[in-house]
Amino acid sequence: MKYQSQAVAKPYFIAAIGLFVGQILFGLVMGMQYVVGDFLFPEIPFNVARMVHTNLLIVWLLFGFMGASYYLVPEESETELYSPKLALALFWIFLVAGALTIVGYLAVPYATLAEITGNELLPTMGREFLEQPTITKIGIVIVALGFLFNVAMTVLKGRKTSVSLILLLGLTGLALLFLFSFYNPVNLVKDKFYWWWVVHLWVEGVWELILGAILAFVLIKVTGVDREVIEKWLYVIIAMTLITGIIGTGHHYYWIGAPEYWQWWGSIFSALEPIPFFMMTVFAFNMVNRRRRNHPNKAATLWALGTAVMAFLGAGVWGFLHTLAPVNYYTHGTQITAAHGHMAFYGAYVMIVLTMISYAMPLIRGRNAANSNRSQVMEMWSFWLMTVSMVFITLFLTAAGVLQVWLQRYSDAPLGFMIVQEKIELFYWMREVAGVVFFIGLLLYVLHFFVGNREAEAQVS
Amino acid sequence: MSGTFTKSMARNIFYGGSVFFVLLFLALSFDTNRALPDRDNRQNITPLVAQGKMLWEVNNCIGCHSLLGEGAYYAPELGNVYTRFGGSKEAIKGFIAGRPKDGIPGRRSMPQFNFSDEELEALAEFLKYSSEINTANWPPNIQG
Repeated sequence: MKYQSQAVAKPYFIAAIGLFVGQILFGLVMGMQYVVGDFLFPEIPFNVARMVHTNLLIVWLLFGFMGASYYLVPEESETELYSPKLALALFWIFLVAGALTIVGYLAVPYATLAEITGNELLPTMGREFLEQPTITKIGIVIVALGFLFNVAMTVLKGRKTSVSLILLLGLTGLALLFLFSFYNPVNLVKDKFYWWWVVHLWVEGVWELILGAILAFVLIKVTGVDREVIEKWLYVIIAMTLITGIIGTGHHYYWIGAPEYWQWWGSIFSALEPIPFFMMTVFAFNMVNRRRRNHPNKAATLWALGTAVMAFLGAGVWGFLHTLAPVNYYTHGTQITAAHGHMAFYGAYVMIVLTMISYAMPLIRGRNAANSNRSQVMEMWSFWLMTVSMVFITLFLTAAGVLQVWLQRYSDAPLGFMIVQEKIELFYWMREVAGVVFFIGLLLYVLHFFVGNREAEAQVS
Repeated sequence: MSGTFTKSMARNIFYGGSVFFVLLFLALSFDTNRALPDRDNRQNITPLVAQGKMLWEVNNCIGCHSLLGEGAYYAPELGNVYTRFGGSKEAIKGFIAGRPKDGIPGRRSMPQFNFSDEELEALAEFLKYSSEINTANWPPNIQG
């Protein structure tokens, strides 16, 4: 660790991992509710578990992005963070607000939460992924602004690299686009139209800039390849991301009341969306093959390569699978969407945060370059357990989705939703088993921080 | 990538490409907004529909159901439930009101929300309004 203030990333990373564990626990609850319908009913209805599952994901990824930025930006800017105190204060504000929101979801009925948080003054609640009470949303904006200010001031007073500028651009986009979560017209079509300006333009737009910047940073560090080369790749990748992804928003506008020309715009541009992810995979492997040094942190390199591959598979391939309008006509709102969502979020965003944690955490904890061999071996076990089980979760949900589409939408005698759900139950059971394996992988991941700490650092073989 | 393709060229493609496609997206969105009145059934948005949408939101219905295909996939699609229930608001209201408080053993069951008659009417109106949006003929059949 080159600058003292980089250590402020540590609580962010710890909180991220803690919330990740919570997210997966509620994922297991939901997986169970898919097959045992009355599991934990009426104490934790499915919608509550889902809200906790998805909101924890978003919040812990944001913690991860912020921690990554606090680590990355001082090093890129070659200066201490503008205000470590502000970073720490915002950490606690965000953690407490996040925890209170989750407790609110679990402790009282959602309608009561809406009432006590004054939702009727500015109704923003009750829309997928944006379920947070309006007051929490305002808190997120305040935290994001304070965070952006802190990071931007650091970049301004130090060296300006392409990596930090792109990261800053992505983070600014994240904060600005979130403002559309406050726009909730009664007109359902307009509501949905602009809802995607938050959701799609986040995950298939500005978040990919953040992903690219973090990946580039870690690759510069672990491969020693010339920055000019890596930054050139980064620009090309994010150029393709936005060139395809912005109009690619159209693949959400096929069936929600928007004009039908979106079927053309959305199909053509989102069919191109795998390209930047494919380039990212080529990029990551190329840089590692052309490495000028062997970094002793093998786990971090594994995570970096894994991110590139899994983001391509989850976001690229599984996205393409159902993005063309004639296909999406049948798959829209089925388990196919769920399959894609799981692998894409894991491959692109979970894994990039874990890549950064894997690289930075040993340094923050006082190592010169890497954890001990023992710790790294366990971390790599967790990598494979989580990644392989996520592949299986995706495959099982895809199988469930294909059957669902056939039975409910495509066959000559379409069956009702609940009848179909019972017929494809086997795949939900298998998904739940894969989920348990994922959770074991996650426990190993947590454990690797506690083993081999007194042993010597891994050396380059 | 060869030496003739420099980082600043890549950067220019990024900024130029992004700006161009942001502007194109805004133009398309502007056009969409002009086209929406003919498609989005806004003439039928009454205060009762607005109340229904509010109830839909504050009870987090989207956490189990999908609406025009968006939401959760745990419970049936509701964008066309009005049609599926034979164009009967009474059937929708009866279904919601009749959910058992403690669920159904071993099966998925919608919670009992204890809505008043007026609230049930508002929800049914909202679902009727939703079913009349022009969705390019989606879903493929009545099952949603």
